[in-house]
Amino acid sequence: MNFSWMAWTLPTALFFIGIALLIAAMGIWEFISPGGNPRVGILRFTTTRGDRLFISLLGSAFIHLAWLGLVGPNLWWALALSLVYAIAVFKTV
Amino acid sequence: MEKTWNNKAWFLVLPVLVLVAFSAAIPLMTVVNYSVQDTFGNNQFFWAGTDWFTEILHSPRFWDALLRNLIFSLVILAIEIPLGILIALNMPKKGLGVPVCLVLMALPLLIPWNVVGTIWQVFGRVDIGLLGHTLEALGIDYNYVQSPTAAWITVIVMDVWHWTSLVVLLCYAGLVSIPDAYYQAAKIDGASRWSVFRYIQLPKMNRVLLIAVLLRFMDSFMIYTEPFVVTGGGPGNSTTFLSIDLVKMAVGQFDLGPAAAMSIVYFLIILLLSWVFYTVMTSGDAQA
Repeated sequence: MNFSWMAWTLPTALFFIGIALLIAAMGIWEFISPGGNPRVGILRFTTTRGDRLFISLLGSAFIHLAWLGLVGPNLWWALALSLVYAIAVFKTV
Repeated sequence: MEKTWNNKAWFLVLPVLVLVAFSAAIPLMTVVNYSVQDTFGNNQFFWAGTDWFTEILHSPRFWDALLRNLIFSLVILAIEIPLGILIALNMPKKGLGVPVCLVLMALPLLIPWNVVGTIWQVFGRVDIGLLGHTLEALGIDYNYVQSPTAAWITVIVMDVWHWTSLVVLLCYAGLVSIPDAYYQAAKIDGASRWSVFRYIQLPKMNRVLLIAVLLRFMDSFMIYTEPFVVTGGGPGNSTTFLSIDLVKMAVGQFDLGPAAAMSIVYFLIILLLSWVFYTVMTSGDAQA
């Protein structure tokens, strides 16, 4: 099967493999500890760990965009900031 | 009673996941791949990195279109939701009037988007259109081809005409599902019309209103066909919304890289706003 029409590159493939591994890891976590660990955090509404992953990924996307628009094309710091943000979301939201 | 967790049930959603993968995930992945490359056709691509994203984020054209889109969606919601509730409240609940009203309400929803655009394009024309000609005869300066204000009013009124019915039908479904016992209790308590609406009808319509707001917001934020047919994004760029700008960039200029980058930013914005809407409305519901 030829997937050249999808114009794959190594960085985009790594990006999607990363997302797929994250979702798979969440699936394994859910299998080990079912229920999604719902709780009310600093946002004052109930979130499950799936919600927290969604908030982390969406926020990270906007952190990267803001970095590109306001700082420059070097995104390593944006990635580091996103990781800190994701940890904060999983700890407090 | 304790809830039983059975993760094997997830296998039941596997067919839907496969379907979504083909209809949404694979096209989205392709757009991401395009957004970091440049192409001149012939299936040849050149690595561009984050250049297209930087270009889009520094483009006044993009920010102007986004602002126009946000204003349009907010105006649409501010008109269609209260109007839809008002019409639904006044629709008959029994008798011959019910099917007549339901059919009348459903009619605009059955008309294809491009036909709606064509109807309003002709309807608003000053030379042959009923609306445009009448307004001109009344001495009102209305020409959606030349005036940005007239173009905006035409596009908004057209959308209200086309989609308020959806809000009406959703609200009506919510209203008819309220048991009579609630109204009887309110009558015994001597509740006013406003109290009945505020404490019985509105809370009971919460769910359908959530669906109506989400559907209308997402749909109006992605609007393309109707304004494209009526105004073509003009006069000037006054009704060029994000989707129109995107199509101009991707199909008109064949700038697939910048268009893909713009699509992703557009997608992220709509995802964020929809999540905020959904969270705010469902968290209020959970507290109630």
